[in-house]
Amino acid sequence: MSGKPTLSVAADSPNLAFAASGAWTAAHADELEALVDGIGANEADEGASIDMHKVEAFDTYGAWLLERLIRARKARGRETRIVALPEHYQGLVTAMHQASLEPPPSPARENTVIGAIVKVGGATVAAGHDLIAIANMLGAIGAATGRMLTRPRSFRFTSMVHHLDRVGLQAVPIILLITFLIGGIIAQQGFFHFRKFGAETYVVDMLGILILREIGVLIVAIMVAGRSGSSYTAELGSMKMREEIDALRTMGLDPIAVLVLPRVLALVLALTMLTFLGSMAALYGGGLVAWFYGGMSPDIFIARLREAISITHFKVGMIKAPFMALVIGVVACAQGFAVRGSAESLGRQTTASVVKAIFLVIVLDGLFAVFFASIDM
Amino acid sequence: MTGETAISVRDLVVGFGETTVLDRVSVAVQRGEIFGFVGGSGSGKSVLLRTIIGLIPARAGTIEVLGTDLTHADEETRRATERRWGILFQQGALFSSLTVLQNVQFPMREYLHLSKRLLDEMAEAKLDMVGLRPEDWNKLPAELSGGMIKRVALARALALDPELVFLDEPTSGLDPISAGDFDELIRTLQRTLGLTVFMITHDLESLYTVCDRIGVLADGKVVTSGPIATMLASEHPWVKAYFRGKRAHVLARRLAQPAS
Repeated sequence: MSGKPTLSVAADSPNLAFAASGAWTAAHADELEALVDGIGANEADEGASIDMHKVEAFDTYGAWLLERLIRARKARGRETRIVALPEHYQGLVTAMHQASLEPPPSPARENTVIGAIVKVGGATVAAGHDLIAIANMLGAIGAATGRMLTRPRSFRFTSMVHHLDRVGLQAVPIILLITFLIGGIIAQQGFFHFRKFGAETYVVDMLGILILREIGVLIVAIMVAGRSGSSYTAELGSMKMREEIDALRTMGLDPIAVLVLPRVLALVLALTMLTFLGSMAALYGGGLVAWFYGGMSPDIFIARLREAISITHFKVGMIKAPFMALVIGVVACAQGFAVRGSAESLGRQTTASVVKAIFLVIVLDGLFAVFFASIDM
Repeated sequence: MTGETAISVRDLVVGFGETTVLDRVSVAVQRGEIFGFVGGSGSGKSVLLRTIIGLIPARAGTIEVLGTDLTHADEETRRATERRWGILFQQGALFSSLTVLQNVQFPMREYLHLSKRLLDEMAEAKLDMVGLRPEDWNKLPAELSGGMIKRVALARALALDPELVFLDEPTSGLDPISAGDFDELIRTLQRTLGLTVFMITHDLESLYTVCDRIGVLADGKVVTSGPIATMLASEHPWVKAYFRGKRAHVLARRLAQPAS
């Protein structure tokens, strides 16, 4: 290929003359820049010429650096002429000469303390907007449910069954596996530590109450938020990006009734069923560990379980499930509708959906704990 | 500069599964020309483009671009050739997480050693050349209109000063005024930078006003290629319908009349 670019002083009186040669191209841009800036800095003449006839290759990078040299000299009142430039490079030089590089208005730098306060304020306002968006979605779902009840035929039953299959049936294996393992782990820890006090029989009490009231529903809700909540957000978000939701609206259909209601209802049904299955799997796992690790026969385990738990504990867990599903569904759909044009926005909202849904599920669980304690359940 | 071949495709066969999309296609594009490529929807124009740039494997045939045989080239030769071309995808394919300026700087950052100042100046110069105003330089692609996205994508395609530019339907989705401006921009840049342009288009006006030569793809083959006069003389039914149809007729009459 062509040789290294050079820019040398050919004569210095009466006027300065430079001679350029080599490849003035992108591949040599860093060397060229050093050359050009070196010259632009220290010459104090009246006028200079740059002889370009030995330049072997020339592109926009070379043309721009030449232009930069001319502009830098002009800023200090020095004229520069280009001589013997090959004809077919003329257009490039002209194009660069016309380029106006007024820098884009850059955001003014702020005090870091003020910046931090602004960020906190912004985050607070954003959290408020989130809350409003969630309340808005909840209201819209309520209204759509009302309309659906007055005209039951308008409900998209097929769509709901489809989603029930995806978020319910297809989630069964993984939910069973996880809750089974969690039940086993709780039982093992119980036997290991309770043994020191000789209180092994109480492991069954702990296992039964913990799983039916808290762990079963919580684990399942967290799993569903990660598995199905995120997919709701991604689906609705990409539909929003591709204007499908606008298309629905212009056809006179309510996106909440068409897209959100079947999804949220499917989630409410699925989470309730999965909670039941998950709790049973966890008790089963706990029972097996009790048998093989704790040396407690299944008959004794079941008899102890029957004494330790009542239908109340079971009810507490099952009552919570649909509410948690509602929270997950509402957050997921609200985040999906909040997606703006870019792929990055879709990713951000999907993450936010899972994080917020899990956070709210745990907050809700806390509120339920207070509520059930106060009504002695 | 003219006379040499920039792209030479010989007997190219491309297919997916059972179907054969391109059946022994041969195309030659000369250096320094704007070559327009037309064909009905689904005729395989985009497949040809994507095969030439290496996104789809060919079943048979040879592809030679800028003097390099890409069908038999090793990875390194291929990379070296890829640096010498720029591609404008149909939807722009701008990176949505980067600003306009960063999008144009992306290939420069990857391939060249430039100071921060030169990087900024070059990207700004390229954006200025494609006619994007400074207030849009720090926007994200999602905030741009269709015409601006095409301009930024063109600036990015030109970032490394390529010798060859592939344009996939550059004027689709633009209003006639923007499309006309874009055609003119392509013509100006092609002259200034000495580019070879390979352009897929449906836009009859582009074919009339900017393309030096045109190739027509129909039934998996290039049925004819040459300047617009050859197209108008062709008796191939699809070519006839395309260039001598109702819309073409109106356009030809308008372009024949001097602007009043």
